[in-house]
Amino acid sequence: MELDSLYQEVILDHYKKPHHKGLPTGEIQVHHVNPNCGDEITLSLAIRDGKVEDLVWDGVGCSISQASASIMSELVSGKSVADAQIALQEFTEMMQSKGKYQGKEEILEDAVALAGVSKFPARVKCALLGWMAFKDAAIQNGAEL
Amino acid sequence: MKSTLDVVAIKSDFPIFDVPMRGGKRLVFLDSGATSQKPIQVMDAERNFYSTQNAAVHRGSYYLAEIASEAYEGARESVAKFLQVKSEEIIFTKSATESLNLLAVSFERSSGRLGIKAGDEIVVSELEHHANLLPWQQLAKRTGAVLKWFEMNADGSLDLSRIDEVITSKCKVVAVTHQSNVLGSAPDIAPIIAAAHVVGAIFVLDGCQSVPHQPVDIKGLDIDFLTFSGHKALGPTGIGVLWGRSELLEQMEPFLYGGSMIETVTMTNATWAPSPKRFEAGVPNMAQAVGLAAALDYLSAVGLSNIHSWEMQLTEYALKGLQEIDGVSVVGPQGLANRGGVISFVIDKLHPHDVGQVMDQYGVAVRTGHHCAWPLIRKLGLTGTTRASFYLYNDLADVDVLLESVLGARDYFRKR
Repeated sequence: MELDSLYQEVILDHYKKPHHKGLPTGEIQVHHVNPNCGDEITLSLAIRDGKVEDLVWDGVGCSISQASASIMSELVSGKSVADAQIALQEFTEMMQSKGKYQGKEEILEDAVALAGVSKFPARVKCALLGWMAFKDAAIQNGAEL
Repeated sequence: MKSTLDVVAIKSDFPIFDVPMRGGKRLVFLDSGATSQKPIQVMDAERNFYSTQNAAVHRGSYYLAEIASEAYEGARESVAKFLQVKSEEIIFTKSATESLNLLAVSFERSSGRLGIKAGDEIVVSELEHHANLLPWQQLAKRTGAVLKWFEMNADGSLDLSRIDEVITSKCKVVAVTHQSNVLGSAPDIAPIIAAAHVVGAIFVLDGCQSVPHQPVDIKGLDIDFLTFSGHKALGPTGIGVLWGRSELLEQMEPFLYGGSMIETVTMTNATWAPSPKRFEAGVPNMAQAVGLAAALDYLSAVGLSNIHSWEMQLTEYALKGLQEIDGVSVVGPQGLANRGGVISFVIDKLHPHDVGQVMDQYGVAVRTGHHCAWPLIRKLGLTGTTRASFYLYNDLADVDVLLESVLGARDYFRKR
């Protein structure tokens, strides 16, 4: 079923048990919404010695937006800003590929499971919500992305 | 259950139903609350206008311009006949959203009974679509007027227990929907209209979800303004209707300025044409008006009462089926009283987008999310719902696929 390419096991796992989800406590908190669906995310992080740390997010939304935020937070936490940026670019490219680009697993790890989302244009924004919040928070914390 | 409509014949007028959906599934279109599908008669009317009548209305002195003007004004007469009002009281807009913005902006510019100023009160309800909330909310912000609202009960009705506190002598405008686009609930508007008129306020009815689906008796309701959108009533996009009492329209300042809406113009001043021209600046959406007239003719030929009673039969069948599925909760009114053919529901704790995604695999088109009524959704403590809305081309088999797809969505996420 075409649906299974969208809702991969790893996505549903992250949806049911999201990582790094809690009350964001950082001084700079970003709040992003997807006005079409009402999905919301609040996220904060710190950048220490060029590394992404203390990433915490909270939000409501569909399985895709929640799982994607969880996978993203797992992926970039502890990474250098430069590596996080490479992951962000790789993920964005995959999402904009309309199902044509599966993404490099050595960069994206679990996030390659979201490749199927890019075949469903209405859901791409769901998958990108957490990533865009991360990008915004990193920039506001002084990262050059 | 016997249909009051010949749905097979009706469906054959709508070419979209021949288009295969994802995986070759037939289209089960349950999103008419967002926009309706179009019968071939409407497309033919638009095509005929462009093929044989197209010219800028109310301008040229040539034959074709006369024909175009006749077609456009004929469309206005059709709408007036449909609503049983005077044709000079019909204003063509591009959408119901524009109609409501027109009113809000015009009231801001007008004076007297219609003028809005600091300290005046504007009343809406928690049921409103953003299109009947934001124009008034922002009008209040711009002018210093106070926005008040009727709260919603859990069954989708309005709490009218403190009606005299909501509508006071400071109230200038009351704008309420005839039927919730989210829940299908039809609020008890009669006491609200009466209370508005007691204090001399204007009553605006958002008829987007009612006018295409049931007979609406403007005179009997004793309202002052009504709007609906063409594309929800089998008509083209880009055409909406605003009806208003002529004595009020004559007191109103224009919304958009430009060609056609003037009486005289100098380099420093202008005076306005009478309504409806005053509110139709620029070359209007002519083919769309003609298409809308064809749509309303189609609805009248089938009969609005027949359409309404068929939609209620579909609603009864769907409500019963949904309520019997474990894990499904219908949101809003649970029975058939005071509602139309719109049903919102949630499944387990699933997000509506995930639900809609699975239903799509069955060819089912439903709306998911907050339905442009975010305050209503928040009030219910939800992030969104899945909404099925019915129209004259739906049949019992559509409801069967709806129920099958709901079950499918529930089980898809339950088993994994």
